[in-house]
Amino acid sequence: MTFRKYLVLAGITVFSTAGDSLLARGMKELGNVSLHHLSGLLLAVVHPWVTAGILFLLAFFACYMSALSWADLTYVLPATSLAYVLVALVGHFRLHEVISPTRWLGIALIAAGVGFVAAGPSVTPSRQPRDAGRDTVSHEVES
Amino acid sequence: MSELHAWAAIGLIILASTTGDVLLSYSMKRVGDVDELRKRRGLLAVVGRVLRTPTFPLGLMAMGVAFYSLLFGLSWGNLSLVVPASASLTFVANAVAARIFLHERVGRRRWIAALLVAGGVVLMAL
Repeated sequence: MTFRKYLVLAGITVFSTAGDSLLARGMKELGNVSLHHLSGLLLAVVHPWVTAGILFLLAFFACYMSALSWADLTYVLPATSLAYVLVALVGHFRLHEVISPTRWLGIALIAAGVGFVAAGPSVTPSRQPRDAGRDTVSHEVES
Repeated sequence: MSELHAWAAIGLIILASTTGDVLLSYSMKRVGDVDELRKRRGLLAVVGRVLRTPTFPLGLMAMGVAFYSLLFGLSWGNLSLVVPASASLTFVANAVAARIFLHERVGRRRWIAALLVAGGVVLMAL
């Protein structure tokens, strides 16, 4: 894993958090979408908050595709789950939301999970065992 | 009623996003390391190669379904129910699907990571 690759993983985390928050804010302003008015759901994409959210999610998608080209799915997903922690911390420090002890415990569990997977290899050899194995070793040395 | 809608949306999100993640991961593995490809052939070659991978549009479609299910779920249920419930279950579903369809070696380390994260997400929703 090079520094650049960690930056891509960080991009996934930050962009998906920003995108989801903006989407949630936009959908709250739009109110309930009923099953009988699905056109409302299609029109939702031109709402400014929703549009901004979609732009962030596109940036997230580009980083995500890049990461999936050099790392396993079961590595990328947990490694970028710090996004949930990020949302809670933004809520706590910027919006002065109260974080209950159970939530802090949840944050700790997620952080532990991220540490667990990030300390392991990013690619598991499945088709070319020797090639991928050497790859992992060299990444480990680089980082 | 809206509770039922929210859970239906959650189920759809899990199914669609797991399908999408597996298809996209499969596509990108076939394309290869995009950083190296971009250095050798340029950004356009990368985009072209990704778009020409047949499983990529299928994955995108599945992600589109998941995205609209999320919008739908968010309009019905609370953010604090829909996002954590679908996310934590998607983690576990993805680990199982990656093992079966992508032949990734989901070792003890990754199972523990997936379960810790899924459990943590649930706790944060309480």
